[in-house]
Amino acid sequence: MMKRAKALFLGLLRPSSLLLAGSVSAESVTRQLNMPRGVTEVSQAAYDIHMIMIWICTVIGVLVLGFMFYVMFAHRKSKGVTAANFHENLVVEVLWTVIPALILIVMAVPATTALLKVYDTENPDIDIKVTGYQWKWQYEYIGEGVKFMSELRTSQDEIYGRAPKGEHYLREVTQPLVIPTNKKVRFLITGNDVIHSWWVPDFGVKRDAVPGLFTAAWTKTDQPGTYVGECTELCGLGHAFMPVVVEVKEEAEYEAWLAGKKEEAAIYASTIGKQWTFDELMVKGEQVYGRSCAGCHQVNGEGITGVFPALKDSPIALGPAEGHIAILIDGVAGSAMQSFAEQLSEVEIAAVVHYERNAWGNDVGDIVQPINVLNFKQSQ
Amino acid sequence: MAHGPSQNFFSRWLFSTNHKDIGTLYLWFSFAMFLLGGFFAMVIRAELFQPGMQLIKPEFFVQMTTMHGLVMVFGAIMPAFVGLANWMIPMMIGAPDMALPRMNNLSFWILPFAFTILTSTLFMEGGGPNFGWTFYAPLSTTYAPDTVNYFIFGVHMMGASSIMGSINIIATVMNMRAPGMTYMKMPLFVWTWVITAFLLVAVMPVLAGAVTMMLMDINFGTSFFDAAGGGDPVLFQHVFWFFGHPEVYIIILPAFGVVSQIIPTFSRKPLFGYSSMVYATASIAFLSFIVWAHHMFTVGMPIAGELYFMYATMLIAVPTGVKVFNWITTMYKGALTFETPMLFSIAFVILFTFGGFTGMMLSIAAADTQYHDTYFVVAHFHYVMVAGAVFSGTAAVYYWLPKWCGRMYDETMGKVQFWIAFIAFNITFMPQHFLGLAGMPRRYSDYGLQFTDWNMVSSIGAFLYGGAQLLFLYNVIRTIGWGKPIDDPQVWEGAEGLEWTVPTPAPFHTFSTPPVVK
Repeated sequence: MMKRAKALFLGLLRPSSLLLAGSVSAESVTRQLNMPRGVTEVSQAAYDIHMIMIWICTVIGVLVLGFMFYVMFAHRKSKGVTAANFHENLVVEVLWTVIPALILIVMAVPATTALLKVYDTENPDIDIKVTGYQWKWQYEYIGEGVKFMSELRTSQDEIYGRAPKGEHYLREVTQPLVIPTNKKVRFLITGNDVIHSWWVPDFGVKRDAVPGLFTAAWTKTDQPGTYVGECTELCGLGHAFMPVVVEVKEEAEYEAWLAGKKEEAAIYASTIGKQWTFDELMVKGEQVYGRSCAGCHQVNGEGITGVFPALKDSPIALGPAEGHIAILIDGVAGSAMQSFAEQLSEVEIAAVVHYERNAWGNDVGDIVQPINVLNFKQSQ
Repeated sequence: MAHGPSQNFFSRWLFSTNHKDIGTLYLWFSFAMFLLGGFFAMVIRAELFQPGMQLIKPEFFVQMTTMHGLVMVFGAIMPAFVGLANWMIPMMIGAPDMALPRMNNLSFWILPFAFTILTSTLFMEGGGPNFGWTFYAPLSTTYAPDTVNYFIFGVHMMGASSIMGSINIIATVMNMRAPGMTYMKMPLFVWTWVITAFLLVAVMPVLAGAVTMMLMDINFGTSFFDAAGGGDPVLFQHVFWFFGHPEVYIIILPAFGVVSQIIPTFSRKPLFGYSSMVYATASIAFLSFIVWAHHMFTVGMPIAGELYFMYATMLIAVPTGVKVFNWITTMYKGALTFETPMLFSIAFVILFTFGGFTGMMLSIAAADTQYHDTYFVVAHFHYVMVAGAVFSGTAAVYYWLPKWCGRMYDETMGKVQFWIAFIAFNITFMPQHFLGLAGMPRRYSDYGLQFTDWNMVSSIGAFLYGGAQLLFLYNVIRTIGWGKPIDDPQVWEGAEGLEWTVPTPAPFHTFSTPPVVK
């Protein structure tokens, strides 16, 4: 019976998927109606109390509204009834005040236990700092010297319908957060610019990333896999475009990954003095620009009038390189232009500055090297 | 006998001090805003029909969500109920007019200017407000377009208008009741409005404080909400929701009042538990002041705070339940008929109860961690705002329109509108529960492919619901112009109360001599 109902229900869903034919393969998408049960103690506690509430509400709803439908059917004027004239009854009024209050008291017990679990952030095995930026996440493994940005990988072409949408549309990032199984991981969450909110439904973790404040959440799971979440606090026009992707790996795999990340950081530090060619920087710069700058200043460098200034023909992009670097390192106080010193590497800053000075008809022609950026940072 | 309205169109409507004319102005204004806010909603639903950005850019999308919220809350729903209060409160308590008629004129005429200022930002450099109707700092301060100053000015004006309107209602009810009309004899619509008016007077200044602090942060170098200067972005949320939570009861309490008038009429039986209704309304109003941080369960409050706000929020279910039980018991053993106002009122009871259930679920902080800022919340508050406030407002118009203009609306068309609205409403908002539970956050201009189906269903429902409103507009205009004339003061067989003792249509001045209530 349940199976048939489910099949019928899915059948009802089908026709709407057909409308999308061509752009999306409906079969690749898993549909879901209810809250996921998730893979952690916290998400399961949330799910359990959610289901308890649904059942309590269903029972009350069926009783109360069922009675109302009975009344609507039985006491219609068209059936020739005459209206009674009573308008109070102390006993029922006391009863329907006291009984709901008692139900609430009973509900408060599991609600409190579940909340205590959410707040149990003591004694973690691993601490990870999560910082929300407009519009990406930064993850820092505290004490490990590993830190990276996690940005949307879906292309603008897919978003604007110039290319077919991939299976993981808006659910894919450049570098996912990686955590090990069976370790208690604590997330220390903050924001860099505006308030964001870091949510992974399968972990039951959602905490606001508030600039100037750290909030804590934790997770521990024994199930490896990829878990996708979202930013859930309106953070500007890129709000829908900063997903959270977490990969849970077996411990040995995680250790290998972490060692690899540390090595990458060491190699990077040793190559910072490399001289780049004009074209190398343009290619790298265009990538960085597309990821980190085009959201506001637009792909064509023309900005949005009145909100985000144009870089094309801008006095800063055409002026001395130091001034241009300074804007990226320091940001512009009191505006949406934040400091990119922590978000982008020296190579990336050099490349994007170089690109902005030599793209869309800007033709300064000089070459900005990573070492210039490093020198600028150190001179501060 | 007093004179009639001015024959000159401009002096009649611009300089009016008559509660009925000002009520009419409020109602038409709010309907215009309802269509405007509805248009914004249509833009949102059209864009969300499919994944990907098809029609508009993300920056315009967030302006649409913001303006939809602001226009619907401050422009459509609140003025609609002030309009009903203007029309009905004097007639219900046997007063000749509002206590402060000139202020009444002022409090209305501020509104068109406030909303002109607010919507004009859409055409300015930088665009309209793009930080959500809750305008959390620092997105609304440091990171906002310059037009935010127009928004702040607009909010100040709306606040001033609301405070004046509320003071007027309080003064009218306290001073101008007919002899014998004691407080506990007042119709419930009057009671809910007096309590609402006190809420407004208490919290609109808090909103004004919040936007003034924003103004200072943006233009005068203060750091109320800027952590870098020693302020706190979370402070903004506390201040905002100290206004914002009572605000949602400001919207719903008059709706309770309307339904409490209509259900007894079409049940032909007095309201069950009148005094417990009054006490329940007052309790809800009181609780609304002490639960605000349940909107902030994921902000990282200490657990003690979170537990307190959870328990306090759960308590609201008690007085709200009392109201629902009273309405149903009023119908019990009545002689029910199902004219359009009654249909909308019954739908109100069913759908508001549903919204109340999801509200209880949201109050459980651990589960709210998953619900917070998803479409589950969007679905929840549309069940209480649309099926609550808008349905009851529609019911009120159908209920009192014959009294106002002396003409009967087209019952068949009203019923058709009801069924379209009822079905389309559920097609629109029921799937949003599923979307939210499955993980779609609110205020998203684009979404992953797994959310496609329900978004399509929701958009189709929204267009249908929008269409039903045009039918409503047509039916109202048709009634005023060409409806079947009636002259029975009673209008509805089961109607009770002073407003049904004056002639139909209600003359320009009523109760120049106060009636005596036994």
